[in-house]
Amino acid sequence: MTERTRGRSHRPVVTGIGVAAPNGLGTQSYWSATLDGKSGLGRITRFDSERYPVRVAGEVSEFDDTEHVPSRLAVQTDHWSHLGLTAADMALRDAGIDAGDLPEYEMAVVTASSSGGTEFGQREIEKLWSQGPEYVGVYQSIAWFYAATTGQISIRYGMRGPCGVLCTEQAGGLDVAAQARRLLRQEATLVVTGGTDASLCPYGLVAQISTGMLSPRDDPERAYLPFDADACGYVPGEGGAMLVVENEATARARDARPYGVIAGYGATFDPRPVPGEEPRYNLHRAITLALEEAEVTPDQVDVVFADALGVPERDLAEAQAISAVFGPHGVPVTAPKTMTGRLYAGGSALDMATALLAIRDGVIPPTVGVRAAAPACELDLVRSAARDGPVRKALVLARGHGGFNAALLVTAP
Amino acid sequence: MTTFTLDDMRRIMGGCAGVPETVDLTDDIGEVSFVELGYDSLAVLEMAARIQQQLGIRIPDDAVDEMKSPQAAVDYVNRRLAA
Repeated sequence: MTERTRGRSHRPVVTGIGVAAPNGLGTQSYWSATLDGKSGLGRITRFDSERYPVRVAGEVSEFDDTEHVPSRLAVQTDHWSHLGLTAADMALRDAGIDAGDLPEYEMAVVTASSSGGTEFGQREIEKLWSQGPEYVGVYQSIAWFYAATTGQISIRYGMRGPCGVLCTEQAGGLDVAAQARRLLRQEATLVVTGGTDASLCPYGLVAQISTGMLSPRDDPERAYLPFDADACGYVPGEGGAMLVVENEATARARDARPYGVIAGYGATFDPRPVPGEEPRYNLHRAITLALEEAEVTPDQVDVVFADALGVPERDLAEAQAISAVFGPHGVPVTAPKTMTGRLYAGGSALDMATALLAIRDGVIPPTVGVRAAAPACELDLVRSAARDGPVRKALVLARGHGGFNAALLVTAP
Repeated sequence: MTTFTLDDMRRIMGGCAGVPETVDLTDDIGEVSFVELGYDSLAVLEMAARIQQQLGIRIPDDAVDEMKSPQAAVDYVNRRLAA
């Protein structure tokens, strides 16, 4: 059953957004920086990266773990959860939700995570090696694992409905929104969703470097250039976004102002690579599924937020998937993640939030750094400066390492 | 002989388990239970681990059951120090 046949009152709408991004902490701060093309990429400061092959990242520099997270909660959670808890709190305030007023079993939490609590884990592993097992803190048992952010949000606000975590790397932020939608069709009336990641510690970074897809460049302005002929990999970042999702009827009944509707979603997997054969990708089909479900034709889509890996062969594959549906240069494409780095699970959640802000304000944020799309990538890339124009339907794409593809269409309320 | 004071305990609590939002550790909290203060059993286990390291004494896991409040923890530790 499509959303449309269920009627408008059952459409899942986003009523709250909270952002913790390298170029802005808080939705307004992030959004104005993004429209201005202000990047949050720079040399890594969280540890001495001099001897690592990757030295540029997107750090949420304004963030202070002790200032933004209550002390009792801060000691038992990783930096990635701190960012998630902070973004969730912002999103709930933005939505005008006081969790204490709502039935506890009707509130659900589903977040995405790719790395779990690596920084916390590294600290405890170091204690294990250098001092001994009795020095390993008890909170390691609950801080590292992927569901920790979901669990702590659930506990903090007394949200005892169905909770979970999805680990599909960069696709996770979209996959959780789809799961949130599923829960709203069941017993949940409100879902806190989205995701963050923060793995800018030696242990976390080394695990990422093994993919061979991270940028080795030291110049933050030239390090992450998706679709550019000069692309050389991506820059990792930390942070993400949390969103509050409700049914439209619930939101309207309490006079909430929705940012937009989750109108369509498609998820596919890439086939396992066969040595000696060209890799095959199924992103194209994820896009088609999302549009079909929303009953939207390609010409009605105003902007595509690209996954934008920054790896030439994968950029071309994405450009081909977009062109196959929309035609060459057929739709404005943007990658504001050039200002944050790839935030993994947090990245697609942030793109979804950004798409909703683009709809609200009728403006497409730019892709920075890219001088010209590589000729083979037949894209109308929104470069350098934001582009005005009504944005009523925005498609967000995400590819997760290991073959996950997700496409999610958000539309004006 | 070394003695372990309530102030030592306050430092351990705030240092390894954080400070609950509704509590001022400098208040008269000695006889208030950890649960009421906002510390769960995991937090008390963590405090016990830090005390063991700082004082070089051994606190068996089940002793944590006796440490219901900061003062109870202080009393337990001093008994161990005297033993």
